[in-house]
Amino acid sequence: MKFLVCISNVPDTTTKITFTPDNKEFNKAGVQFVINPWDEYALTRAIELKEAAGSGTVTVLNVGEADTEPNIRKALAIGADDAIRVNAAPSDAYFVAEQIAAIAKEGAYDVILMGKESIDYNGFQVHGMVGEMLGIPTVAPAMKLDMSGNTATLEREIEGGKEIVSVNTPFVASCQQPMCEPRIPNMRGIMTARTKPLKVVPAVGEPARTTVAEFALPPKKQGVKLIDAENAGELIKLLRNEAKVI
Amino acid sequence: MSVLVVVECADGEVKKSSLEVASYGAQVAAQMGTTATAIAVGEANEANLAKLGEQGITKVLYDAEPRLKDFVNNAYTKLIATAAEQEQAKIIVLANSNIGAAVGSRLSVRLKASLATNVVELPKISGDQFTVKRGAFSGKAFSDVVLSGDRKIIAVKKNSTEAQHDAGKTAEVTSFSAQLSDADFADAPKQVVMQDQAGGVLLPEAERVVSGGRGMKGPENWHLIEDLAKALGAATACSKPVSDVDWRPHHEHVGQTGITVSPNLYIACGISGAIQHLAGVNSSKVIVVINKDPEAPFFKAADYGIVGDVFDVLPKLTAAVKALN
Ligand SMILES: Cc1cc2nc3c(=O)[nH]c(=O)nc-3n(C[C@H](O)[C@H](O)[C@H](O)COP(=O)(O)OP(=O)(O)OC[C@H]3O[C@@H](n4cnc5c(N)ncnc54)[C@H](O)[C@@H]3O)c2cc1C
Ligand SMILES: Cc1cc2nc3c(=O)[nH]c(=O)nc-3n(C[C@H](O)[C@H](O)[C@H](O)COP(=O)(O)OP(=O)(O)OC[C@H]3O[C@@H](n4cnc5c(N)ncnc54)[C@H](O)[C@@H]3O)c2cc1C
Repeated sequence: MKFLVCISNVPDTTTKITFTPDNKEFNKAGVQFVINPWDEYALTRAIELKEAAGSGTVTVLNVGEADTEPNIRKALAIGADDAIRVNAAPSDAYFVAEQIAAIAKEGAYDVILMGKESIDYNGFQVHGMVGEMLGIPTVAPAMKLDMSGNTATLEREIEGGKEIVSVNTPFVASCQQPMCEPRIPNMRGIMTARTKPLKVVPAVGEPARTTVAEFALPPKKQGVKLIDAENAGELIKLLRNEAKVI
Repeated sequence: MSVLVVVECADGEVKKSSLEVASYGAQVAAQMGTTATAIAVGEANEANLAKLGEQGITKVLYDAEPRLKDFVNNAYTKLIATAAEQEQAKIIVLANSNIGAAVGSRLSVRLKASLATNVVELPKISGDQFTVKRGAFSGKAFSDVVLSGDRKIIAVKKNSTEAQHDAGKTAEVTSFSAQLSDADFADAPKQVVMQDQAGGVLLPEAERVVSGGRGMKGPENWHLIEDLAKALGAATACSKPVSDVDWRPHHEHVGQTGITVSPNLYIACGISGAIQHLAGVNSSKVIVVINKDPEAPFFKAADYGIVGDVFDVLPKLTAAVKALN
């Protein structure tokens, strides 16, 4: 079984978000980048399924410029076998999906795993685009993934419940908790990651379909109005008469 | 040319988020000098579909194929794509739900359309320039995105726009068939398992949310959260560590790595207000924080606060709500 795991390079979850003075770009200065938290579920589950089968390969794929390589190496340290970086700024979801679809097709991957969504652009769309480009099913967001031969059984989250879905390879799934316990690199992994293959390839396809004109931060809160714990019922009156939300 | 709106139905009712989407679509149609048509998916009821006239929809297409009751990605995509071609829709509007995102992303490739998800406001249209405002960085920011090309798909964030109600207006419900075959249902779910809806309110659609953190001390105390939620007609939610240790199910976990909610009222009980938690809730209109530590970071993001013990404060709040009603 050949697994392709797509990872996005995103600002650490504790990042205070700021923009360049013209508000046109995210301000990267001093920001720590990490593997998108949801992609860690995809990566760990692929490694677990490979180990359980006793054969197969896990390839990680990132569309990004050279500054994403530390996180690609981290994915190799966690246990991926090799990596591909498409050398281009990931200008939008459609552009990223084109790159993933092209690599998936060329390498004849059986299972293409992603995270539910990126925590920077929150698109929640690359998986569906890749599935459609390749003409194969997408299961998103998946909370559980088991394989038996060429058949996968997944739990897909829906509003208010879940669906049990079964698909044959090749397919795309986007992963989220509680699929597995994401692994962290150990010393041996870090040592071997240095020598694992990382191939850099040029981008293909059409340009992006969307462009960001401007970023903005949410309006600041006015400040908190404190109510005495002894008079907690007062809060309910304020919520009805002042805030008008109940 | 028209605007096509995808409305999701369950148990015969149009989902609240789809009423918002219908209203959004009708307003976009008005901006563009055209009309809005809806296509219904899920288990629909014709009388309720006709009522979409109240949101400004003129016509509703409905395919009574019984296998469309549950979500099937391929079948839904083909159904909506066929409707879009028939109606020559330039704009397709859907909810930023699990169904909307799954279908919208496939449609964007099939129909060669540009796609914006997580959209929070009506578009700005000036000449050929079509710009939408969307949430980014997990609730920490917004971006204005320009959509190129002839066709556009917009997925509207739940509870970010208000549904208009023009009482008494009705839409014409027309039967519609996309000639779906067995092959289109190949990825149909084997089984659908719905949660036991104790409080009756679904978190992603909720207008009011009562949420508990580690300060609640253990699952045996959750009746305090549930009682207040029930009195308010609210859904229940929790912080990540609470679902990590299985005090509460994972689908209640809100935050940067859980679900993002934007209710009118979010009440946080015994939650410290870590940046990852705030990211998922800070677009709530009114935030109430109950925490015994006056230095808890959540107070900085709150509109109202009570410095106190949840075990003392929550029963008082529940009693006060019951006294109001
Ligand atoms: C400097 C810079 C500027 C950018 N500007 C923009 C912009 O203006 N507009 C914009 O839309 N995006 C921009 N991005 C790209 C953004 O980071 C995403 O890669 C891309 O838009 C897809 O994000 P999404 O939220 O739509 O993906 P989602 O659909 O939310 O992502 C789902 C999954 O797809 C996979 N995935 C996503 N991105 C990648 C990737 N790059 N490589 C491999 N797998 C991936 C991951 O598994 C992820 O969990 C920019 C990135 C950088 C570094
Ligand atoms: C990559 C990453 C992603 C994350 N994603 C998320 C996410 O999506 N969502 C999320 O929630 N967290 C997330 N976290 C975790 C986050 O950093 C915090 O650890 C978490 O939100 C804390 O949960 P809590 O507030 O319930 O617990 P704590 O931080 O332990 O806070 C408990 C609070 O309860 C108060 N308290 C205690 N007893 C009482 C009492 N009797 N009465 C009143 N108040 C009381 C305390 O004063 C304290 O403020 C993430 C972390 C990482 C690293």
